[in-house]
Amino acid sequence: MEAFETVELSTDLLIVGGGMSACGAAFEASYWAKKNNLSVLMVDKAAVDRSGAVAMGLSAINTYIGIDRNENTPADFVSYVQNDQMGTVREDLVYDIARHVDSSVHLFEKWGLPIWKDAEGNYQRAGRWQIMINGESYKVIVAEAAKNALGVDNIIERLFIVKLMTDANDPNRIAGAAGFSVRENKVYFIKAKAICCLCGGAVHIFRPRSVGEGLGRTWYPPWNAGSNYAMMAQVGAELAQMESRFIPTRFKDGYGPVGAWFLFFKSSATNAFDEEYINNLDMLKPWAPYDTAKPVPTPLRNHQMMVESMEGRGPVFMRTERAIAALAEKYKDDPKVYKKKMKELESEAWEDFLDMTISQALLWAGQNIFPEEKKSEIMAAEPYFIGSHASHAGMWVSGPADLAPPEWNWGYNRMTTINGLFTAGDGVGCSAHKFSSGSHAEGRIAGKAAIKFLVENPGDVNLDAGKFEEIKAEILKPLKTYEEGKGYTVTDDITPNYIRPKMFLFRLNKIMDEYAGGTSMWYTTNKAMLERALEELRMLYEDSKFLGADGLHELMRAWENYHRLWTSEAHVRHMLFREETRYPGYYYRADFKEVLDEANWKVFTISKWDPATRKWSIRKEPVQNWLGV
Amino acid sequence: MPSYVIDEKCDGCKGQDRTACMYICPNDLMILDVDAMKAYNQEPEFCWECYNCVKICPQQAIDVRGYADFVPMGASVVPLRGSEDIMWTVKFRNGTIKRFKFPIRTTDEGTAVPDGGFTEGSGDLNDQNLWTEPASLGVDALPTK
Repeated sequence: MEAFETVELSTDLLIVGGGMSACGAAFEASYWAKKNNLSVLMVDKAAVDRSGAVAMGLSAINTYIGIDRNENTPADFVSYVQNDQMGTVREDLVYDIARHVDSSVHLFEKWGLPIWKDAEGNYQRAGRWQIMINGESYKVIVAEAAKNALGVDNIIERLFIVKLMTDANDPNRIAGAAGFSVRENKVYFIKAKAICCLCGGAVHIFRPRSVGEGLGRTWYPPWNAGSNYAMMAQVGAELAQMESRFIPTRFKDGYGPVGAWFLFFKSSATNAFDEEYINNLDMLKPWAPYDTAKPVPTPLRNHQMMVESMEGRGPVFMRTERAIAALAEKYKDDPKVYKKKMKELESEAWEDFLDMTISQALLWAGQNIFPEEKKSEIMAAEPYFIGSHASHAGMWVSGPADLAPPEWNWGYNRMTTINGLFTAGDGVGCSAHKFSSGSHAEGRIAGKAAIKFLVENPGDVNLDAGKFEEIKAEILKPLKTYEEGKGYTVTDDITPNYIRPKMFLFRLNKIMDEYAGGTSMWYTTNKAMLERALEELRMLYEDSKFLGADGLHELMRAWENYHRLWTSEAHVRHMLFREETRYPGYYYRADFKEVLDEANWKVFTISKWDPATRKWSIRKEPVQNWLGV
Repeated sequence: MPSYVIDEKCDGCKGQDRTACMYICPNDLMILDVDAMKAYNQEPEFCWECYNCVKICPQQAIDVRGYADFVPMGASVVPLRGSEDIMWTVKFRNGTIKRFKFPIRTTDEGTAVPDGGFTEGSGDLNDQNLWTEPASLGVDALPTK
């Protein structure tokens, strides 16, 4: 095996990741760090200009409160999110996002993001919380401001952090991180007195619906590998609501966005018999009182659609042709205006895809779908993990001092249960609907809090340098395993000596899909199936030491898939613990099929892997409704 | 194969240590074959079709062919990204061509001023205001319970 250089760095604050929340953290921390003479280093697995979930762009900003014009209050937003998530979000965290998010949006506009305006010059609403943007360069612009604030000398790209490290004398204190360059033979050890771990959600935990070339056409980006959950869990930080997966209902196969079609173009969806199935509200009664919430919670809306498919009334169609006709209707007496309006609507409809899911435009072009003429099929996708959309898996964190109840505030906003370790965006559990803007705002909250932590805890940390060689060997092990194992068989793919990352991923995906409620089982599982999943995952752990990688790219895949494995186990353990079906449309516990148990399960589920005993434990934490929602 | 490189057009970014597509790909898919001086997508089944390699290629040597396992053949979607806007050409399977142009930013590249011209705020590490708040919120004070 080739030699690898060991690079040792030291910083006050380390930001791991480069997406929206990491750019928010970099922006904010740079300001407070300068005032307090502290250093900040940001490292990204990719290039900050186009990394994270907004890499392709977006066509809307989904969280904008409009506080300045009294459009909504933060409390209105909390009420909406609490209902949408079936009663299990932290109101202190959600309120905190709502009161800060407009600041980030106003900054985006100043930095150069084009935001649609209405006739009065106000932001063009697509829905109560959404505004429309020309967002092809959204991430480039947000990254530019972060880079200008932090300075490019304080950013390292193509560095994949794979492990966090705690203090040699205090296992509850973060002290650094280790990883490798995906471009050069270098292993990094970075000593840090505080860390903002901002590595996004998790994709490819479950087998996607497309498994050929289209394996990569996941709804959320395939580079989000659950590194957040895995790395923070491995140092003993508590996880919250890891059963809260997200199932996006999107245009079939391309996974193009439906939000603008439903909200902006006011489109309906119908089943095979031209019935608007969302009017069938009776089926939602087992989930009272959430069945009567307005708008209908996302899991329940999903459930209505899944029942159509499961009972053979699919395919389900978005009626794009009716929506456009209805919008054009009022101009029909003036042919010139009508033509102009249709042209505008057509352009807006295509921009929705071209800004954020170009594949969907390519799919429509390939299928000869002209939305003004032809309806288009929608479908529920495979499960994802994402604390920023309509689900709330993530870490259990401290809340803001002025909003959180005392038991949910341990000194520093967005700090995990490990001292000095902060997270935001997809990393924070029990707080949904942040989207891109809220993730940026939450990164800022975490960035400021981390600097406050550093100022108030000026003592040094101790990284055990004696362990560096051992950790370096562990990080590079897949390269060594491959090198030593290859050559035994005629082709290097099939050998008893190692498992390549791609087959490891397929094995994980098969276990999760078939036992833990994936698409092939129509999202259904039960206690016995989840226990089988744990058995199979255990053997996959054992086999992870045989992962073989033929180079740096595959080494990255090996570590990503190891992070996915940890995320998977946490998910299975949380689903096993929660004995009800609180989130139909996301997953079904067939042994508690239509059971919403408010008396016993209106709680957060919080798990911890103890690095000392190497055992998982899981507990309940009661939900608190201080807003009276 | 999601993104693909046209042999005739790719010049390997003229022997620099990394190509533009390698620099930008969020999933580390693009790689330079140093002997041939051509870039290629080393793992097309993990391509998100984000088009960042297509948009950045100085030779316009990269294009995307829809995923073969569900996209009927014959269509293409081609961007031309400038400093202020992006032009898209969508070609349908039946030969229809549509063109769309959208703005991408309102400021010159590289000029984003972090504080956006808002006043910096209290500068107090112990209150809840973030940098530029409350000015950037457009209200007098940050809301609280």
